[in-house]
Amino acid sequence: MTRLASLLFVWARGDAWRGMGLIRRALVVAAAAGVATQGLAGDIPLSERRSAYEGMSATTQAMQDDDTANPGMLWVLDGETLWRKPAGERARACADCHGDAEQSMRGVAARYPVFDAKRGGAIDLEDRINLCRLEQQEAPALKRESKELLALSAYVARQSRGLPIESNDPRLKPTIEAGRALFQRRQGQLNLACAHCHDEHWGQKLAGNTIPQGHPTGYPLYRLEWQGLGSLQRRLRNCLIGMRAESYAFDSPEFLALETYLMWRARGLPLESPAVRP
Amino acid sequence: MARSLIKVSPKPRRGEVIEIKTLISHEMESGFRHTNTGAAIPRDIITTFVATYNGEEIFAAQLYPAIAANPFITFYTTARESGVLEFRWTGDNGYAATEQVKITVE
Repeated sequence: MTRLASLLFVWARGDAWRGMGLIRRALVVAAAAGVATQGLAGDIPLSERRSAYEGMSATTQAMQDDDTANPGMLWVLDGETLWRKPAGERARACADCHGDAEQSMRGVAARYPVFDAKRGGAIDLEDRINLCRLEQQEAPALKRESKELLALSAYVARQSRGLPIESNDPRLKPTIEAGRALFQRRQGQLNLACAHCHDEHWGQKLAGNTIPQGHPTGYPLYRLEWQGLGSLQRRLRNCLIGMRAESYAFDSPEFLALETYLMWRARGLPLESPAVRP
Repeated sequence: MARSLIKVSPKPRRGEVIEIKTLISHEMESGFRHTNTGAAIPRDIITTFVATYNGEEIFAAQLYPAIAANPFITFYTTARESGVLEFRWTGDNGYAATEQVKITVE
């Protein structure tokens, strides 16, 4: 098996096979069984990247596009209220420092996770909100996936809708590389890496559903399966459980590295928050 | 926080058929689920929705446990006169929410 697989692998990588993407990818996976670490096809070309929005049914797309039908907007409205509500020891609201979010928060979510010089590492939008609470408002940090944190992050992210995702800070490189390593690492009882589905088999079917490329363009987003809003970390936990791997904890460096890598991988795609997904 | 989103054309022509879209935040806990320790989670759903147009009922619906969280209900009516559209959701545990929208018929 190994010899045959390696041979196929060499062919699959050859120029003659270019243009036969599907067969090539299938062979690469067959080869991967024999050549454990060399099976990954590499990054999706920038021009071929697309949001999972494009693969959704017309009705789900309509639900996302209409702000009256998009249930994520309920969280955005809650977030708007929280933005103006004084909190913490200093009884200060987000709006007291940042003013009108429509202007001050425009484009912000499209840049996160960012490098935080004080912490010497990457922080995501939820971290940023909690750091503001701890340091500026002197209020307790909000729990991950709590209604309040989802509402605030949805409200902030909504202000960047339609803007391209940016990731060009060289200081984030080690975090992006750590995320890439996790993305390509086999794990769980199914012995799969994220890359096996989302780099190599996107566009094909898994249990009747189209496998997306896995670009985090719409978080926090409303998933019909969840019947609620959830963050990217919740989605990642979902995938890990699906792979029968042990999930990382919320707020762990692993999740942060994956988030940073995925946003880099999706650079240039427009943000859709709050998106709707099946 | 009871939140709702309503969309109605604010200035329809007289006799025009208008679409009304309503979305309300509600868990719609079905009553069929259990916690990790096996305790039943009691039912908590919206049971009725009524829309009135200047006091006259124009649409009503009964909701059941199979309806998803954050129910989205849309329907049509004929714009007859300027006035107030009122929407009322009621449900388990004394749940009640009301929303009003003014329309001007030209």
